Formats: sequence, C-alpha cells, structure tokens
Amino acid sequence: MLFGLLCLTFAISHVMPGDPARLAAGPDANESMVETLRARYGLDRPLGVQFVRYLGGVVTGDLGQSLRSRNAVLDDLVRYFPNTFELVTLALLLAVVVGVPLGMLSAVYQNTWIDHVTRVVSVSGVALPAFWLGLMLQLLVGLYLGWLPLGGRLGLTATPPAPITHLLFVDALLRGEWRTFADAVAHAVLPVVTLCFPALASIMRVNRAEMLETLRQDYIVTARAQGFSGFRVVTRYALRNAMIPTFTMIGLRYGWMLGGTVLIETVFDWPGIGLYAVNAAVSSDFQPIMGVTLVIGLNFMLANLLVDLAYGWLDPRIRRASVA
Amino acid sequence: MSARVLSLEQPAERTGATREIRRYARAYARSAASMAGLVIVAVFVLVSAIGPWIVPYPEDARGAVHLDRKLQPPSTTHWFGTDEVGNDVYTRVILGARVSLQIGLIITVVAAVLGVPLGIVAGHVGGRLGETIMRVTDVFLSVPALVLALAVVGALGPGILNAMIALSLVWWPGYVRLVQAKTLALGQETFVEAARASGSGRLRIVLVHLLPNCVSPIVVKASMDMGAAILAAASLGFIGLGAQPPYPEWGAMISHGRNYLPTWWWYSAFPGLAIYFTVLGLNLVGDGLRDLLDPKSRG
Repeated sequence: MLFGLLCLTFAISHVMPGDPARLAAGPDANESMVETLRARYGLDRPLGVQFVRYLGGVVTGDLGQSLRSRNAVLDDLVRYFPNTFELVTLALLLAVVVGVPLGMLSAVYQNTWIDHVTRVVSVSGVALPAFWLGLMLQLLVGLYLGWLPLGGRLGLTATPPAPITHLLFVDALLRGEWRTFADAVAHAVLPVVTLCFPALASIMRVNRAEMLETLRQDYIVTARAQGFSGFRVVTRYALRNAMIPTFTMIGLRYGWMLGGTVLIETVFDWPGIGLYAVNAAVSSDFQPIMGVTLVIGLNFMLANLLVDLAYGWLDPRIRRASVA
Repeated sequence: MSARVLSLEQPAERTGATREIRRYARAYARSAASMAGLVIVAVFVLVSAIGPWIVPYPEDARGAVHLDRKLQPPSTTHWFGTDEVGNDVYTRVILGARVSLQIGLIITVVAAVLGVPLGIVAGHVGGRLGETIMRVTDVFLSVPALVLALAVVGALGPGILNAMIALSLVWWPGYVRLVQAKTLALGQETFVEAARASGSGRLRIVLVHLLPNCVSPIVVKASMDMGAAILAAASLGFIGLGAQPPYPEWGAMISHGRNYLPTWWWYSAFPGLAIYFTVLGLNLVGDGLRDLLDPKSRG
C-alpha cells in the first residue's frame, strides 16, 4: 500500500499532463527559466530515473524544497503537522464523545423529540459546507458576540511554550503555562467544532441505526427478561455490539477530517499542513502538496490499522479468529 | 402463433412494470423526509433549467460592473443584496445552480463510467487483472478525496475544468469497490451458475445477469455522490483552485465574499445556504432511494 501511495504521488507530480515546472515558474516566465526549474526538479530526466530518485528521496527523508518558504518540505511538515494532529484528534474525540451517546439516546428514545432533533442534526451535518459553517461561526460567535478569537493558534500577545513534544496543548500543560493553555483552548474551540460537525453527524447516524438493530436482538430481550437494568443492557450489551460498524465510520471520518483540515485551516488560519498545502497549491508549489498528500495518506492507513485493532478489542470472535 | 403470444404478453408485462413503479412511488412517498428531498431537488433542477430566463439581472452572471449599486444589503430590488462590483447576488446564486448541477452530474457520471466496468472486471474476471484493479483502487482510497483532488489540481493548475477532472479522477474508486463486491456476491448465486452451466458467454452473463442486478446500488450511490461532488467542487472553489471569479460558482462566491465579512455578510451567506439546501435535498433523495432499492446497506 505504501509503495502504491508513493507511485500515486509520483504519477500526479511527474506523469500527469500538467507541467509543474511551468506552473511554478509563473505565467510570465520565459522558456529558459522553465528549463532551469525543470532541471532543478530533475523533470528533464527519463521517467524511470525520476521515479528511482523520488523513491530514494522519500526513503532518505528528502521530499524536495518548497518554493514559497525556501525550506525543505520535510522540515515544514515536521513544523506544521503537530498543529493538524491536535486539531484532528480533538475534533475526532469530540465527535465520538458527543456522537455516540446522542446516537444511543436517539435509538433508545426512538420517535421522541430527542430522536427528531438528533436526526435533523445528523442530516444537516453532512450537507453543511464545513468551510461555510466555519465562516458563519466566526461571524456569529467571534465577531458579533465576541466570545472567541477568530483564528490562529494563540493570541498576538501570547508566547508559545518552549517545545517538548511540539504539541501546543501538551507543551503548555507540561510547562505549567496555564494562561497559554487557556488561550490555545479558546483559539481551538471554533475550528474543532466546525471540523467535528460532519463527523459527529455521521457517527450519530450510524450509531443510531446500529443501536436500533441491536436493541431488537434476542439476547437483549433475554437480558431485559433476566432483570438487568435498562441502562446496563443498553451500555454493556447493545452499545458494545453497535460500536463495531460505528468504528468503521470513525475510521472513515478520520480520513475525511484529514481532508477537511485543508478547508478548516484555511478558514481559521490554523498553521497546519492543510493550510500549508493550500498555500502551496495556490502558488503552484507542487512539492509541498505531494509531501502533504503522502503524510495524510500514511496517517489514514495508520488510522485504518488502529480501527482493525479496535475490532479485535470489541469483538472477541474477531480476536480469537486472528489468534487461530 | 408466436406473434400472438407476444402481443398478449407485452401489455401484461407493461402493466406489471407500471404496477411495480407505482408500488415503489407509494413506498417512497410514505417518507416525509424523502418527499422533502424530492421537492428540493425538483426546485434545484427547475432553477438550473430556467435560471437564465428568471433572473432579474442576467448580465451579472459573468461579472458586469455597476459600481453605483455595490455592496447593497438585501432589499426588494436585490433580494440577496449585491457584491463589491454591484452584481446581484440573487442572480448569481440562481445561475450557480446550473453550474453545480453540471459539476455534480459530470463528476458522478464520469466516476461511474470509469468505476463500474473496472468493478465488474475485478469481481467477475478476477485473477491478476482483478487483483491489480483492486490494489490501485485501495491506493486511491487511502488518501482522502479532497486532498487527492487538491494534489491533482495543484499539478494541473487551478480552474473549473481541472477541478472537475481532478474530482472525477478521485471519485471512481468508490464505484469499483461497490460493484466488485456486488459482482462477487452475485457470482455465487444459482441463476448465474445456471447461466454459466447452460453455456452463456462471459459478456452475456455480465450484460444480462450481473449488470442489471448492480443497478440499484449504483443508482443509490450516484444519488448520494451528487451532493458530495457538489460539496467537494465548492470546497475547491473556496480555496481558490476551482472556478475562478467572476464565474458564478457557489464555493468561489463564498471565498470572495469572505473578504467582506462581517459587514457585508449576505455576499457569503446566501451561496452557502444554496449549497446546504441542494446537498441536503440530494442526500434526502439518496436516503429515500436506498431505503427503497437497497435497504440492506442502510447505515
């Protein structure tokens, strides 16, 4: 899979009919400037040679150089990725923590007002353009109400803590810089809520459907007949079984969120790899885009692996089958 | 004699098909949400079709300049207000419907035309070719569609055509996965075994037995994908890689209007609402069709 991903990024950057050197050189560049850039990227070599060089570069951590920042792409990715990681992780956690119980409640109280509200939210969440929702939240909560900052990771007067893990929240906590931590939280609320909303909607929807299905099963009826409390039946027996398809959705939505960060980081000026990729794409700086695609693909693969492991943890049948 | 039998059977078959369609229509109409979706989609299609004839300021579609009426709030003359060069936002939102419908249709149709045959080959022919198709599909699915589309547009250069090419290129793997799974499952069915045993060729099995049975899930997926494709194209427009101004595309309008927030909020707000209602309508119709045609995949 990893090799396939490398082939894909190579094909996009080197084989597709677009001419990255011409795009990077800009519309006013003459032929010799384009040729210089082509030679610098090695685009004038045979495709096979380019591919071997590309693979060698990736293996040694050389993902090329950004034309905009003049930095090595890997250095930029190392700098920006922790911000994206924090944003996506917090949004996913929020989506699961809110989405799963709401889906469960919606199923348990089917056709009541809780169910109706939850279903409206779940249908709307998938249809709302996330970037527009972000803008409207900025307008309402940030500008009209003035409750939260509009964008960025920290206020202009705040200084980031000296890096330990490069994760701003963790570093602020480890260094005991509570004021910085609070400022970082305030800056994160709107982007996290915006990014989490579509995922929350999908998770809620799948969890509700699965809970409804599970609550009709014989073993649930038996557990109820044996006198277990309703709460115990729902949380211990039904939820655990309904969580397997929900986990599939969480894995899928993690991928969507990694894609969604491109938009959310643009709206909220969040200094992550999404904003980095957009700035690179707008200025036809193709090597950072390929680097970001690779990193996001790798993360998505890793997330799917974690979801597979979670199946084993949730379902003893899968665990035993894999051991056997 | 055979002609007589045919003439007797045809009306009966037609009546049967009509009855079936009526039964489906009644089942669909039982869901209020599905009907609401159908109404929204009908309005969207109607507006796309007759848009240029009903808008009050058709010349504003391609960015005419009327500085005397720039950035006016919503009023009876300009229902959704005006933008920074005095274009009527209502006119541009209405004309944007046609652009979005075209984008959604093209991306979905291209993706299905590429993905369905590949899925059938992977599922029915199998072997090394099938394995290769699925491996390539998995690689495409390992990167979120929007990021992959961003990379492709990054390589091709910004613009509405390149955005559509990019999204079509990243959209097909979903169809391969769906059709391959369905074809594999159908291959085990008795009627396919019987066709094979009675000497039917591969092509005949595919065209007569497999493809018709794949139509329902493909229709359901396509109806759901239309909304997602419109959303993705608007997202590319928003980050400046899709349609370029003054093209009346909703995502690009929001992106441009963003510079005029918060005072001139209408510039971004109305195109966003148009995207929301369109995608909502398409999703509701997709949900309704799924419940009707492919209830097992409900999730």
